[in-house]
Amino acid sequence: MAIVVDRRLGLMDRLYLPGILRGMWITLKHLFRRKVTLQYPEQRWSFPEGFRGVPALVKDQQGRTKCVACYLCQFVCPPKAIRITAEELPAGNTIEKHPLEFDINMLRCIYCGLCEEVCPEQAIFLGKDYEVAGFSRSELVFHKDKLVDLGGVRPDPIMKWAHK
Amino acid sequence: MSPPTGVIGPPLPGASGRKVREALERSDEGLFLTRLQDVISWARKNSLWPMPLGTACCAIELMATAGPRYDIARFGAERLSFSPRQADLMIVAGTITKKMAPALRMIYDQMPSPKWVIAMGACASSGGMFRSYSTVQGIDQIVPVDVYISGCPPRPEALLYGLLLIQEKLQRRKT
Repeated sequence: MAIVVDRRLGLMDRLYLPGILRGMWITLKHLFRRKVTLQYPEQRWSFPEGFRGVPALVKDQQGRTKCVACYLCQFVCPPKAIRITAEELPAGNTIEKHPLEFDINMLRCIYCGLCEEVCPEQAIFLGKDYEVAGFSRSELVFHKDKLVDLGGVRPDPIMKWAHK
Repeated sequence: MSPPTGVIGPPLPGASGRKVREALERSDEGLFLTRLQDVISWARKNSLWPMPLGTACCAIELMATAGPRYDIARFGAERLSFSPRQADLMIVAGTITKKMAPALRMIYDQMPSPKWVIAMGACASSGGMFRSYSTVQGIDQIVPVDVYISGCPPRPEALLYGLLLIQEKLQRRKT
């Protein structure tokens, strides 16, 4: 059944000014509210615990890169952003291999944190940086030296390599 | 405006519109001299009209960037134009499938020159996690891209950083 609605304007609508004043009153109220805008390049957002930013390789307190090139992160990475080339170390070392190259394509990376979760050596962590942009695709492939710079040092309480 | 600190991407040269800005600061001395191209670039970069091509979750962050908290209007780009003929910056936010690709190219062709393109997020930049027969592996196969933004989706700050990079590129323009 059709419902007929009376859409003729009342006196207040036809006067037009009350509606304008009501709108301007709302605008005026907003002038005195708390300001919500983050002044971005100067001000920064404070991220919570567990925020997942750019992945990076870490070193232990002896300054050696902890990654042993086991390929687990490359295997688990959903968009296949990680590419590792391993190199065998000469006999006498306490570990057998290390990554010769470790590339993360930041344009593929989805910041999921599975690499950090799967790493048996706790060698890769997701940092706190989140603004990554560039003019070309090649400059957004992060190589090993850049990833190690980003990661910094994380002390290792176990020091598995020292006493094998 | 000082370049943002603590960013991973290439550092902003900081010379953005420096000549014009210095000239403006000196203008109370009674003389104003600059190159016409610098003034045009300065005006252009502070009134970019984006064409939001949102196809996925990146568009949600794009909307957040236009909202009051991050407020893209502070950079003069608040006029999100859903008609490509009145836009000069295409923000491709989201997965572009091969079926969508001709439409993307048509929208790019309909925009008047000079025009710029931001590939926002993993899907638009490289295909992201969709290594699939149906997804374009990076929109640079279809249109020339000026700035790539990493993230899935990128935070609004990352998009604003990409916009700052576009402004840098625009100021360095010679023609």
